[in-house]
Amino acid sequence: MIVADQRPIGRGLETLGAWLLGLIWLLPLLYAAWTAFHPAIYATHFSPLAPLTLANFETAWQAAPFSRYLLNTVILVTLILAVQFVLCTLAAFAFARLTFRGRDLLFAVVLLQLMVMPDVLLVENYRTVVQFHLADTIVAIALPYLGSAFGIFLLRQTFLTIPQPLDDAARLEGCGLLARLWRVYVPLARPTYIAYGLVSVSYHWNNFLWPLIITNSVTTRPLTVGLAVFATTDQGIDWSIVTAATLMTSAPLLVAFLLFQRQFVQSFMRAGIR
Amino acid sequence: MIRRRTVLAAGVSVMAAPAILRAQDAQKLTFYYPIAVGGPLQTIMDSYCKAFQQESGIAVEPVYAGDYSQTLIKALAAIKAGTGPQFAVLLAAEMHSLQDQDILVSLDEIGLDADGKKWIAGFYPAFMANSHADGKTWSIPFQRSTAIFYYNKAAFQDSDLAAEKFPTTWVELAKVAEKLTKRDASGRVTRWGIKMAGDLGNAQWTFGALANQAEQKLMNQAGTEVYFNQPKTIDAMAFWRGLTTEHHASPEGVSNWGDLTPDFLQGNAAIIQFTTGGLPNFRAKATFPFGVAGLAGKDSPHTVVGGGNLYFFKNAAPAERAAALRFARWISAPERAADWSIKTGYIATSPAAYDTQALKEYIAKYPDANVARTFLPVATGELSVHENQRVYKVLTDNIQACLNGNKTPAKAMSDTQSEADRILKPYKKA
Amino acid sequence: MRRETIHAWLLLLPALVLLLAFTHWPAIATLIDSFYATPHGSRSPPFAGLDNYVGLTQDPVFWQALRNNAWYAVATIPTSIVLALLMALAVNEALPGRAILRMAYFLPTMLPMIAVANIWMFFYTPDYGLFDRIMAVFGGGRHNWLGDASTALPAMIAVAVWKEAGFFMIFYLAALQTMPTDLREAASLEGSSRWNYFQRVTLPLLMPTTLFVSVNAVINAFRVIDHIVVMTRGGPDNATTLLLYYIYEAGFRFWDTATAATATVVLLTIMALAAVLQFGVIGKRVHYR
Repeated sequence: MIVADQRPIGRGLETLGAWLLGLIWLLPLLYAAWTAFHPAIYATHFSPLAPLTLANFETAWQAAPFSRYLLNTVILVTLILAVQFVLCTLAAFAFARLTFRGRDLLFAVVLLQLMVMPDVLLVENYRTVVQFHLADTIVAIALPYLGSAFGIFLLRQTFLTIPQPLDDAARLEGCGLLARLWRVYVPLARPTYIAYGLVSVSYHWNNFLWPLIITNSVTTRPLTVGLAVFATTDQGIDWSIVTAATLMTSAPLLVAFLLFQRQFVQSFMRAGIR
Repeated sequence: MIRRRTVLAAGVSVMAAPAILRAQDAQKLTFYYPIAVGGPLQTIMDSYCKAFQQESGIAVEPVYAGDYSQTLIKALAAIKAGTGPQFAVLLAAEMHSLQDQDILVSLDEIGLDADGKKWIAGFYPAFMANSHADGKTWSIPFQRSTAIFYYNKAAFQDSDLAAEKFPTTWVELAKVAEKLTKRDASGRVTRWGIKMAGDLGNAQWTFGALANQAEQKLMNQAGTEVYFNQPKTIDAMAFWRGLTTEHHASPEGVSNWGDLTPDFLQGNAAIIQFTTGGLPNFRAKATFPFGVAGLAGKDSPHTVVGGGNLYFFKNAAPAERAAALRFARWISAPERAADWSIKTGYIATSPAAYDTQALKEYIAKYPDANVARTFLPVATGELSVHENQRVYKVLTDNIQACLNGNKTPAKAMSDTQSEADRILKPYKKA
Repeated sequence: MRRETIHAWLLLLPALVLLLAFTHWPAIATLIDSFYATPHGSRSPPFAGLDNYVGLTQDPVFWQALRNNAWYAVATIPTSIVLALLMALAVNEALPGRAILRMAYFLPTMLPMIAVANIWMFFYTPDYGLFDRIMAVFGGGRHNWLGDASTALPAMIAVAVWKEAGFFMIFYLAALQTMPTDLREAASLEGSSRWNYFQRVTLPLLMPTTLFVSVNAVINAFRVIDHIVVMTRGGPDNATTLLLYYIYEAGFRFWDTATAATATVVLLTIMALAAVLQFGVIGKRVHYR
């Protein structure tokens, strides 16, 4: 990269600025980590020789059924992802490769969801779920998101770029609609699936408001709601324990991110490229 | 395609089934329970439920739903969705609102024999204040508290104050708080004299105590009228605000309930107004000598009761209701009430509990634990009206505006009064 | 042709049904509900015409929520977008340690908002929270960030920007990395300054991304209230009540479903207007390659 008129001072300042911003950005997390890994008395005192401890994590883990919350969350995101993959693939294929009357209008209607997310329609969706006697179930948390306009949009985009000759070849071999989809389109769209998958998992792992409203019991509560319930106490907040619990519930996604940073970043990038 | 979809549907229903199915027989009950505090309360409640199951064969599953307002939201949501608990511990003060939602069933309706009536009569009258309406009993006390002061004895000492003679009047309290407030060389406060909570869900409790200290009732028994716009109520608000503006002993703005505990333990606040339920926690964690004292009053000490009662819900089948009542009687028996009081710091709900050996020994060892009880005679009920949550919000909004210096106490109270009047208008016909 | 139509509809049906059931149908149902009073018990609610809307306009808390949300949007959207752009530019350069920088900027996005809220609540704690401590080092006074009506909303804005900027950075990064380098070389050969190049070439080419990012930012400014629920519960004195939080309280704390529906209609209208505006204004200035 040619940086013709870049003076060293200018560049040095730039680097400094970027680093300062990075430090500020990391500060909250570092502070939370400090508090979580040290005994309560050191929560707000920064003596560098303070002893490290895992006791806060132990207490937090035993204080609420976090293992159950973790299981619920895993079931939830897996369920959502699996169903979204199937449903969005089918729909995207129809929009991309099939011609029928009203197709473009219908696609526009589908895209409306990108502006009007189910999150905003809390009260009505709550009522719908209750009417079907599905309240307080993991399925109920997933339902509003299973028909994902974003997924349909992404996959349609990708399917449109798959060369027609490949499709024709499969058709000539005598493959029916679904076989063509399964043999030609799905394998070639793998990067998009991975990208969408990571975006979907992060979104639903971290979702809070709708699960808060629709779940009541421990057997359905995901981690985010569990953390919120845990952190509000009548007896006052113990910051060491709350930060420990907070880090614990963020850990799975954080660790996954740190290990697969590249893939995550690539996925989000791919999901946004027009 | 059909195959795939049936597999999908089957898989979905298999995963959802456990969470969908609800035990319908009377042998399994669910009850919602606030206070999502850690270790102690959860394991204690679990052990109680196990013991009850061993004795009676009825399985009770306690569900932790957060603090009082979260539990209320959750319980109502669940009941409206048809998957609700058979009974729950909710704010004692919520009775009128719950009745409006038409979800309660009275204990009389479930069935109270002579023994049962004796049982109800055995509770402290102060704790039954929010339980009666239409000549029936709608709830029984479970975890009740009064508001008390926790104070830092070491702080008293280094401010040359007699820790044994805690102030009992507003004037004395303000003076003491002023003295306890420490500042460093640059004028920055390093320790506040006194802190009281003003956030949503707690502001009305703090204020209820203050109003009672000015000897003003805030509402009528039927929960249809409120008296905010009275000189004494305005006095109470003015006193609260004055702690900041006149005596500089309390910080500007609103203090959070959740912050009071770390504030006290860190030595950041010398006196806090808090619940008796905090006692075991402070005893375990405080690194300095501390004391428990009753609240002060304009002329003499007054306080407010708070905490949760057991309510029983209509949506439960008759067999379930009877089972729930049985659990309620079991858990409020003197020995268990005593045990609960010792482990949590809440006041045991009946005088009989204080006659048990366990509590007698406990109080002999920790006289602090008895302080709150002695103030029951001068305690008033928590603010309890129809559309309770709405009125709480209006009151809290105005208190917060006043604490931020955006409204005078008089304006805050008159605004609260007019808004509350508007909210309560439909209920005045009854 | 007809067979193709049948096939197409069969493929579409599952996704479509769920989509319509939880997005389009509720939107319409909300609109309808806004014309009826709140049902009490099992009686069907009486028709209320425009009463709910009138009632809404008479509620000072509703207007406060609108005002707050407007300020919140105006503050978070440009700030997070500009920061995201700066971050992307920084990470795109061959700066030392840029992998770590990228991680630092993006990390907040991976955390649930609830976790972010807890951490920042700890930060904002008066006297011994991190902010107050840092301020103390610089000689500032203590501050009740969340309990003071004048600082509560800015405090929430800071939280939102912290969470979002890294997310938007990724999209800018993607766009920057697909930009042709020959333009840069040509510009520097002609002696064009970096700022000039940035203004005249980079920025316009980033317009599609800016559009995408701003659409997301607008949606988030109205959709995300997790931090409000945990940190301030709308207070003090409604200083941090946003529109969706107002709806949440009306619907689930007061069980006043009529008000909730009416306010939701207002929210949907605002979001629709915002979308039209964005696609209209920015969309026109987008250069597609």
